[in-house]
Amino acid sequence: MAEALLCTRGLSRRFGAVQATDHVDLDVAAGTLHAVIGPNGAGKSTLIGQLAGEIATDAGRIVFAGDDITRLPVHRRAHAGLARSFQITSIFSGFSVRENVALAVQAHAGHSFRFWRRADRERGLNERAEAMLARVNLGDEAQRLAGELAHGQKRQLELAMALAGNPRLLLLDEPMAGMGAEEGARLAELLRSLRDEVTILLVEHDMDVVFSLSDQITVLIFGRVVITGTPEAIRASDEVQAAYLGEHAAC
Amino acid sequence: MDIEPRRWLPLIGLAALAAVPLIAALTDDPYLVTIFTRVVILALAAASLDFILGYGAMVSLGHAAFLGIGAYTVGILAHHHQSGAPLLEAVPWLTGTNAALISLPLAIAVAALCALLIGALSLRTRALHFIMITLAFAQMFFFLFIAMARYGGGDGMVMWQRNTLPLINTGDSVQFYYLCLAFLAGSVFLLRRIVAARFGRVLRGAAENERRMAALGFPVFRYRLAAFTLAGAIGGLAGALMANLETFVSPSLLHWSQSGELMVMVILGGLGSIYGPVLGATLFIMLEETLAAWTEHWMIILGPILILVVLYARRGLFGWLTWRRHG
Repeated sequence: MAEALLCTRGLSRRFGAVQATDHVDLDVAAGTLHAVIGPNGAGKSTLIGQLAGEIATDAGRIVFAGDDITRLPVHRRAHAGLARSFQITSIFSGFSVRENVALAVQAHAGHSFRFWRRADRERGLNERAEAMLARVNLGDEAQRLAGELAHGQKRQLELAMALAGNPRLLLLDEPMAGMGAEEGARLAELLRSLRDEVTILLVEHDMDVVFSLSDQITVLIFGRVVITGTPEAIRASDEVQAAYLGEHAAC
Repeated sequence: MDIEPRRWLPLIGLAALAAVPLIAALTDDPYLVTIFTRVVILALAAASLDFILGYGAMVSLGHAAFLGIGAYTVGILAHHHQSGAPLLEAVPWLTGTNAALISLPLAIAVAALCALLIGALSLRTRALHFIMITLAFAQMFFFLFIAMARYGGGDGMVMWQRNTLPLINTGDSVQFYYLCLAFLAGSVFLLRRIVAARFGRVLRGAAENERRMAALGFPVFRYRLAAFTLAGAIGGLAGALMANLETFVSPSLLHWSQSGELMVMVILGGLGSIYGPVLGATLFIMLEETLAAWTEHWMIILGPILILVVLYARRGLFGWLTWRRHG
């Protein structure tokens, strides 16, 4: 079996009476797009939180690129090559679009205990920021205030920020949420193009996107992994049909 | 030509402050120099508070603690210099001093160290808890100094003279004023550089979205602590200068109302500009001086002014003056 870039074993987290994640075993192979789906309350957000380091893990472990990162703080995981986007758009709305990305570049360009040179004139930071913006098709908006962008553009900006540090794994938490059809199609196209550059773990409700982009899909229900397989295998699974997709299609 | 007020207003301000001794001489009002020395010193403390408050969103209600710690460092050194008794009885060669070249750096260092410790604990909390814990620390120091009977307790202690410097006669009010102004100009310039540099960008980012900063890979706590320590150090310098101005040190310097006044100066002048608090300190002291002549309840007039500023000029006086009226 190919070495997994990210692998979890027995990953669990309980909130009071709710077992949000329950012995989750996940293997994300390098170079793939791996989606995690499941109904609301299945524990997807908890899983992302545990992987990113914001939610402490009760039991089990997380191994990323061969290192155990189960107890590593958020910022150290980022430096290990784990980047993420948030379910609720999380940008610096008071900064310009370019400065948002420049800040992300800065996070991976040595320490920031630099007190003298003007950051907005640092060529190295700006050039990389512009390149990332161009990559997500936001090149023309660089000078605008980030808070003024349209919802879809903010999502693109988040992606640019996540990509700025050259991550090995991108954790995307419902990137399509709240998108209009046209915006959504553009973002799906962007995700498709990113697939060749970086390994992606995608949590998403939009089944069209999940099934058309994913190499592997893991179905999570009540915090437990029900099945992991290719989109075809998931579609063919009676278990999933009954527990999840059928219920969904009825809505 | 660049006619942006943001650029020339600070220079005009500096020129106006530099002209104060001249105006005092022309109007034969030497007290003006003393008032403005106070303005300049409090502006220094307010600017350092703006650094963490306006850029880092760290609402510290205990900034006067550093003013007091700096002042007491100078006061205690002078006290031992006057009495000849060593600072610690166990170490007889460790005597007090009246040399500013020793006392000022020491005041800065002691204040920085205290800020490092206070920050290390306080910065683990947020919002209201942070306000309360910084206030609590300042009160702790307030009562600590009241309890130190050896150094005058609640009555404070008198310094026989100002700290001495080579080449500069600190006893001369005009020379001392320019010394303080140089410290203010230097600190404001330094802080402006820092907020525009990488460090300042991290500080602003952490104020706006801490969670995002961590996810990007920034150990936010470290940067906040460094900023808090630097602000404390500059607060300590202001305190050391204040002790020298008054040749008197007392716990009232670190009373919580002093912390509140510093915050009023910052808000009045304009949060997040470093220049604003200098304007705020000037306005505050001018109001105090003119209105206090009429009534001791001069805060009755300051109150409504502050409310108007908060309601209608969110960026304070400096923000209002530099607001670009186009588009």
